[in-house]
Amino acid sequence: MTLQFILFFTLATVAVASALGMLFSRNAVYAALFLITNFGTVAVFYLLLDASFIALAQVTVYAGAIMVLFLFVIMLLGAEQTGRSKGVWWVQPLALGLGVILLVEAGFIVLTQHGTLQVVEQVAPTFGGPVAVGESLFRQYALPFEVTSILLLVAMIGAIVLTKARTPQG
Amino acid sequence: MLPVAYYVGLSAVLFTIGAMGVLIRRNAIVIFMSVELMLNAANLAFVAFARAYGAVSGQIFVFFVMTVAAAEVAVGLALIVAIFHTKQSIDVDQMNSMKG
Repeated sequence: MTLQFILFFTLATVAVASALGMLFSRNAVYAALFLITNFGTVAVFYLLLDASFIALAQVTVYAGAIMVLFLFVIMLLGAEQTGRSKGVWWVQPLALGLGVILLVEAGFIVLTQHGTLQVVEQVAPTFGGPVAVGESLFRQYALPFEVTSILLLVAMIGAIVLTKARTPQG
Repeated sequence: MLPVAYYVGLSAVLFTIGAMGVLIRRNAIVIFMSVELMLNAANLAFVAFARAYGAVSGQIFVFFVMTVAAAEVAVGLALIVAIFHTKQSIDVDQMNSMKG
């Protein structure tokens, strides 16, 4: 049990530190790399939670595809640095205050509210593996799965249309 | 497995960090990355509850959230690139006019 505690808190520290690093980096490329670290740490959390398929899907899709796309766009736009903030002065303190309120509220709920469902101590070794996830995905959730394919098609069409070169008017 | 409250608490902390990233940062791409961080925090809560109650449906939902996030990133980054072609900047403070 103590090994689980140590593991959890080490990983939690890495996750929160990389998230804060992403939040406070002035350079967008550093922020993206911090976020990749965060995604990798969350993937290890998924492994701790017996979700092996989702853990590798996280690494492949999030850290491997989505963040690479982010880095491509950052490099394409040359968006590493933005200038000093010229916004209104009250944005940062207000955001900080609201964040603290949200954190206190979430902490209160986590500490005082308890679920009524029965917690399962041991799960089957195949829980969260590709076979279990696939069976549930293609049997019980086959309709959302098919709808997802349409969603991806629409996203592809949208991305192509949005970046198509405009023909000059007139 | 540790009590679910630990994982849900961590998920809440990550979500708050992502929310503050959306509010504080002015680089449109970093705002987008903060939204991805928030989605990840929700995914972590889903997977924790899926393990706690032995239901694989939580992980199915995470699968769909990842798919939706991928589609959203594709379209969102295409939007940012299109805006950059017009405004030559991705500072959200300068995007205060709807004129294309």
